[in-house]
Amino acid sequence: MESGPISGPVLTDGVAGETHPRSADLSGVPAKPNPAAATGEIGGSFWRRFVFRRPLVALILQRLGLSVGLLFAVSLMIFGGIEALPGDFATTYLGQSATPQAVENIRKDLGLDRPWSERYLTWLGGAVKGDFGTSWASKNSVSEQIGKRLGNSLFLAFFAALISVPLAVGLGMLAVQFRNRLPDKIINVISLAAISLPEFFIGYLLIMVFAVQYGVATFPATVYDSMTLTERLSAIALPVATLVLVVLAHMMRMTRAAILNVMSSAYVETAELKGLGTFRIIARHAAPNAVAPVINVIALNLAYLVVGVVVVEVVFVYPGMGQYMVDAVTVRDMPVVQACGLIFAAFYIFLNMAADILAILANPRLRHPR
Amino acid sequence: MPELLSVKNLKIEATSYPPGEPPKVVTLVEGVSFNLEKGKVLGLIGESGAGKSTIGLSALAYGRGGVRITGGEVLLNGKDILKLDRGGINSVRGCHVCYVAQSAAAAFNPAHKLGDQVIEASLRHGIMNREEAKKRALYLFRVLGLPNPETFGERYPHQVSGGQLQRAMTAMALCPNPELIVFDEPTTALDVTTQIDVLAAIKHAIEETHTAALYITHDLAVVAQISDDIMVLRHGKTVEYGTTKQVIEAPKEDYTRALVSVRQTKRDEAPDQSGTLLKIEHVHAAYGNGFKVLHDVSMHLSKGQTLAIVGESGSGKSTLARVITGLLPPTEGRITFDGKDLPKALKGRTNEELRRIQMIYQMADTAMNPRQTVRDIIGRPLSFYFGMHGARKTERVKELLDQIEMGTRFVDRYPAELSGGQKQRVAIARALAAKPELILCDEPTSALDPLVAEGILNLLMKLQEETAVSYVFITHDIAIVRAIADSVAVMHRGRLVRFGPKSKVLSPPFDDYTDLLLKSVPEMEIGWLERVLKTRRMESAGN
Amino acid sequence: MNLRSIPISAWIGIIGIALCLLCAIFAPFIAPFGERDVVGEIWAPAGGDFLLGTDNLGRDLLSRLIYGARTTIFVALAATLVSFALGMFLSFTAAVTGGFVDQLFSRFNDLMMAVPTLIFALVVLAVLPQHLWILILVMAVLDSTRVFRIGRAVALDVAVMEFVEAARLRGEGSLWIIFREILPNTLSPLLAEFGLRFAFSILFLSTLSFLGLGIQPPAADWGGMVKDNKDGIIFGISAALVPGAAIATLAICVNLVVDWLMKRTSSLKGGRGDA
Repeated sequence: MESGPISGPVLTDGVAGETHPRSADLSGVPAKPNPAAATGEIGGSFWRRFVFRRPLVALILQRLGLSVGLLFAVSLMIFGGIEALPGDFATTYLGQSATPQAVENIRKDLGLDRPWSERYLTWLGGAVKGDFGTSWASKNSVSEQIGKRLGNSLFLAFFAALISVPLAVGLGMLAVQFRNRLPDKIINVISLAAISLPEFFIGYLLIMVFAVQYGVATFPATVYDSMTLTERLSAIALPVATLVLVVLAHMMRMTRAAILNVMSSAYVETAELKGLGTFRIIARHAAPNAVAPVINVIALNLAYLVVGVVVVEVVFVYPGMGQYMVDAVTVRDMPVVQACGLIFAAFYIFLNMAADILAILANPRLRHPR
Repeated sequence: MPELLSVKNLKIEATSYPPGEPPKVVTLVEGVSFNLEKGKVLGLIGESGAGKSTIGLSALAYGRGGVRITGGEVLLNGKDILKLDRGGINSVRGCHVCYVAQSAAAAFNPAHKLGDQVIEASLRHGIMNREEAKKRALYLFRVLGLPNPETFGERYPHQVSGGQLQRAMTAMALCPNPELIVFDEPTTALDVTTQIDVLAAIKHAIEETHTAALYITHDLAVVAQISDDIMVLRHGKTVEYGTTKQVIEAPKEDYTRALVSVRQTKRDEAPDQSGTLLKIEHVHAAYGNGFKVLHDVSMHLSKGQTLAIVGESGSGKSTLARVITGLLPPTEGRITFDGKDLPKALKGRTNEELRRIQMIYQMADTAMNPRQTVRDIIGRPLSFYFGMHGARKTERVKELLDQIEMGTRFVDRYPAELSGGQKQRVAIARALAAKPELILCDEPTSALDPLVAEGILNLLMKLQEETAVSYVFITHDIAIVRAIADSVAVMHRGRLVRFGPKSKVLSPPFDDYTDLLLKSVPEMEIGWLERVLKTRRMESAGN
Repeated sequence: MNLRSIPISAWIGIIGIALCLLCAIFAPFIAPFGERDVVGEIWAPAGGDFLLGTDNLGRDLLSRLIYGARTTIFVALAATLVSFALGMFLSFTAAVTGGFVDQLFSRFNDLMMAVPTLIFALVVLAVLPQHLWILILVMAVLDSTRVFRIGRAVALDVAVMEFVEAARLRGEGSLWIIFREILPNTLSPLLAEFGLRFAFSILFLSTLSFLGLGIQPPAADWGGMVKDNKDGIIFGISAALVPGAAIATLAICVNLVVDWLMKRTSSLKGGRGDA
């Protein structure tokens, strides 16, 4: 469900895309990296020549540039788009009953009397350097708070990924192995149910069972600086388990679909008709082609994980970015909200880009240009 | 000679899952038996759905998708391979029997080099060591006439052309020195001028290596060049089975006779007497991305006549049709219709101008809205152009159905409930409903089986006599051109190579391309391939 | 299509959805107590007068659950409908018009999708006043980006078909092409997508309410009920799990139906239907 913008359906330029579905070369000559370059107009610009000679590097550079541009646009949207919304920061911050004088004071206090373009540039300039200003509510440095909490959130997400990725890929392969038989159907139904469970329900269910009834886990999952690694790990056991359950089903279903797609291809049939054993078919013929889609699936789900962290942190009262942001939203502490929003978006964009680039790298047609 | 492969009373079934209904078991092949001696070639021929590929794969004890071999025996050197276990079958596949698929582009693994894939089976079955296998691959690349055989194996599948891939696939099948190769339509996806080279290469290679082969195709003329025996199949059953000479020259069954005679219809061109309907002058066209597809194309068509545009894929023949319809406005040049300039883009044309030019597509499946009934499909132009409705419209729809030789009982059917030929007829009726003066036919018969295609061509000719409509007929099939055209345009790589009355275009002196094109079309004649190759060799020796 | 061909899993889903809808529509007649009435002790155990016990203020949990169905389903459905109308309209316009309009819409959509939905909602809801219709609108706009993407892909799939080209060659207008040629052929995948979006809306609304940004108390809604009762968990009181289970059940039911619809679509397309 949550897939990034970059991996979306690539836009075809109107005419070229729709004109000739039929006369596409049946003999399987693959699409050239750049039709204009391939027809002999190589003389063009430097970039065009570069695309022709090093299509792989060019594509990766293109993706990198696209992501940076996207991040910039997102920052504009998070800051400027909000300005455009009806309602005034100061009024909403103080509530409808505030006196005009109080509103005026707070505007001045928070620097809202300056034009928004000026504030945006100051904010962006600071953000690039890692300075997100001061919180309206606590008057603390936002960057300092985020610095601590981002580490905590990443710690959580890292262990969730460490467990869920191998598990999901393994289960996906298992489902393919037993395709349309009982184990596959059971996995299918369970994963369908798991997709439908809200994160907080899983979280509280785990707390109820493991923390309250059996007392084998700790709740709330507070971590502080003086904790040892083992203490930390035991504290985050339940949040990690929740996150794993949340992303596992998605990742597994997508892995299954990706592998099935490869296994039903003509070249796997060719391998079968060569009389090769099952193991060799999978290892030599299916795996190299399944790597790209599976990596893509993993990266997309890690992006999803970043978002899942928000709810899980609130459930477990875990001092991470997500909780920080939610708290800030309830008291309408805009500098914190904007900073957190930008950082989450940056991770999301970065992971989607990574997925894209890995898929490009794994494509033999691009690795070995004609 | 002892029999290499002996198939007895084969029965093959598949389970289909129609949406919204319980699964059904369908019989694909029933009661098929044949024998193949060492070093001989048996051609399996039939229309799509005749079960020929399914039979071919049974020689490897393989069923595609949900296909199962449920009865009969497949004896290879006297042993029934259907009774072997998984390991036993694997030692047959890729060792004694090999397979060449229709689409080599899909059948090669994109992640590995061609050379590694070609020798893989030989190595895995322990037939030869790496050095020997490489030497044999090199030998086969040479025999099959691949360019730079020394380095060819270092390339990846996407780095070579379709014709070369098909030959590489043949090399892959021949490499382990098998006793039998199953060729599954190996040249169908190729252009005619490429097909003849691949065909010659395959024939040469199996003769060189004394390998037996099952050659599957829908093209009787192709199989006549390569096989010793022919089996004609229809609906999963044997129609006729005999030597190539007997089947081609003295077919016993009506169905075979029809297949043999399909290509022999010819029609003399009509004299150019009436006025010019369509005139194309110096037309250039390019895609949105700047890629030029048509260069300086000029031709014209008289009223009530047929202009055939021939060429291979990528020749720009379909693009020309799109330019005429206005879907792709030309960048230069002009098109006049009935003496008046035709606005370049679709948007600039009036409904009246649109009505006078109609189009028939190659795929009737995609050319008709699957959610509309035949009544809606044919009725829409009637209400759109002529404001007809109610009983008058129904009456006219029925008239049109009569005209295309389909009964009025089809009025409320959906396209999915019609056969391929019936769909194409409905598409013709839709075009006719607009009372057009010109119908653009974009390969309307190439997706159909030969007998059905013949029926469609006859219908088009009959309609032309009745309504004096003109056709622009786009095709890659010279036989169709001979059968129906008055004038002919030959196109190659976006340029017009040759244009004029049929009698002039199709008789010497030829330009190089038309010569190659005409000589590449397989003829229903044993020994045609050898003759063409011989003249080619003589010509190259003469140069 | 006949009723027999519907698999058991889809039947379970259909029955579950119907049950929730019944609760939502006839809430005042079914619920034993009022939505906001304090009727007993705090966190009374299940059984006796209170079939599922009482909540953190002593309100009957079952009654609130039934009324909550009303709010949750209404808001989620409204948001899905608006998002679909918006997404479909824009995507079909983009697909049929093509060119600059298509580029503009698509690029902007990419931008919207570059920020995770929940994060986007948090940022926006931090600024906007808390009203039900604003919540619905925010959910709808954010979700419409997903609808736009699939709608555009589906419409483009159909728009390149030759029967659409034939209609254009006939001189038909855009409206005819959209409503008579394209829409009837995209209904099946779009219906599945609608279900998917609805399930997502339920989860999303519940998450927002759970975070305190969705439906505001004292109105009952499932996500908010989890929030109200979450403090009881440490004392072993499972009141928070009941509305959580309700959300999960409804979402599972919707997904079961969607799963069946998708399989049906893929087999209609001639796919193998097992991917």
